[in-house]
Amino acid sequence: MAAIDGSVAAAALDPEEARRLRNQRIEKIGRWLLPLSIMALAIYGWDRICVLNDIPKYILPRPGVVLETLVSDAPLLFGSLLTTLKITFLSLILAVAGGVGLAVLFAQSKWVEMSFFPFAIVLQVTPIVAIFPLINIYVDNQMAKLLLCAWIVAFFPILSNTTLGLNSVDRNLRDLFKMNGATRWQELWHLRLPAAMPYFLGGLKIAGGLSLIGAVVAEFVAGSSGQSSGLASRIIEAGYRLNAPRLFAALILISFTGIVIFLVLSLVSHLILRRWHESALKQEG
Amino acid sequence: MLAELREAARPESGGNAPLLSLRSVGKSFSNGVTALSDVDLAIGEGDFVSLLGPSGCGKSTALRLIAGLSIPTSGQVHWHRQVESGSVGFVFQEPTLLPWASVFENVWLPLRLRGVSRNVAASRIAEVLARVRLNGFEDAVPRELSGGMKMRVSIARALVTGPRLLLMDEPFAALDEITRFRLNNDLLSLWEQERFTVIFVTHSVFESVFLSNRIVVMAARPGRVFREVEVGAGYPRDEAFRTSPEYAALCRETSDVLGAAMNAGGGHGGD
Repeated sequence: MAAIDGSVAAAALDPEEARRLRNQRIEKIGRWLLPLSIMALAIYGWDRICVLNDIPKYILPRPGVVLETLVSDAPLLFGSLLTTLKITFLSLILAVAGGVGLAVLFAQSKWVEMSFFPFAIVLQVTPIVAIFPLINIYVDNQMAKLLLCAWIVAFFPILSNTTLGLNSVDRNLRDLFKMNGATRWQELWHLRLPAAMPYFLGGLKIAGGLSLIGAVVAEFVAGSSGQSSGLASRIIEAGYRLNAPRLFAALILISFTGIVIFLVLSLVSHLILRRWHESALKQEG
Repeated sequence: MLAELREAARPESGGNAPLLSLRSVGKSFSNGVTALSDVDLAIGEGDFVSLLGPSGCGKSTALRLIAGLSIPTSGQVHWHRQVESGSVGFVFQEPTLLPWASVFENVWLPLRLRGVSRNVAASRIAEVLARVRLNGFEDAVPRELSGGMKMRVSIARALVTGPRLLLMDEPFAALDEITRFRLNNDLLSLWEQERFTVIFVTHSVFESVFLSNRIVVMAARPGRVFREVEVGAGYPRDEAFRTSPEYAALCRETSDVLGAAMNAGGGHGGD
């Protein structure tokens, strides 16, 4: 791409092409600059509101105070962040294993899919907060409780997307495999799984965010009934103590984690699909 | 009259040793459509047979029956000698490549599914890729290729197992005319070198006359063999043949037969 851009710039351009090139450059910068400046403006506005209305720091702390707290409480907050991250990633890994595993099982036979898919939907549509008291009764281990919760929230998008992907294989390609005497396993490995990859990765992006949400929600529910050390319990604690700056600091850490998870998964998806899938291709011309 | 026509459609395959025969083959689908009715067709070794007809005449269905992708409702597809795995190649209307796999891997696929490793397959793959003039593109993925090149990959994949019979289902229909002419020439020279048998489904009179030594004209509703046209012109055929009076005359003759086949449609007329 760089080589092509270079040669375009080197050649003599008519005004129309020159304008288009300029617009492209401006757009590229604007894509980063605009959201960042809006964000900066919002933070400045937040600060002004606090100062002008003389709002006490236990109601709405100034951004600077939140930042100070983030630094001063760093050992406590980052320790909690680590706990939350651990649950998030473990549950995401389990969601991938469970979601893909079930999807592959469903793809083996229409009957299996027809029989069990409704149960997956039931698990998905029942709010996790409502299921948690039951989990609390049946599961002793605190970590296992949280994992189970986060897993239930995160596995469904992977299951449903991967199932869709495994079933949307080009009919002719399936005929080709059949004509060449492919076994079921070969068809799965060489055809269905690669074809399902874009769908799976779409599900993974959703599941990444959901596993964080699941981890935090599970901790919230568990935190009120037992002891836990993740970010959610820091938020509850800070709420009880009217420690708004720490509450905000913890909140920022959670959002930031969510953004990082999304970006990392988008990057993974892009790297895997960039050579062949339409979604990863740059618009040309 | 009908009996006469059927007689005309059953010469024993132009003198070549018989490879396979369709004997009173019929195919009806569960939705009540009769795709093929009472089709008799003999294919000889080394034949280049085109199945020509309007849409709905069951030519693709016939190809699927021969490929073993579907079984006939009545009659049988009879092979005159044992067919071993890999002796039938299929080229679809679309290139039908694995979009995530390189050209090399796409051509390797039929061998790979038979347990042939990459290293063992490499020389054979290089050979077929050279034959379709795609050497140097081993590492490209399909989206980086033009429509004609994708179709060449598809043909290379069908040839990699060294098939005795190549089934082609309107393979060049979606290509522009210049590319189609080139691929027609390429296909003919491949066929002359290797002497496999080709059954070529098309709705183009010009393509069928240029390529084949026998044209089986089919009629629709129900799909059936209407008449067979022998193309007497010798091979090799090249651009000079494409503009010759002989070619024009053959096209006119075939066109007339096709016109008659469409008028003979089962009471509903052609489309």
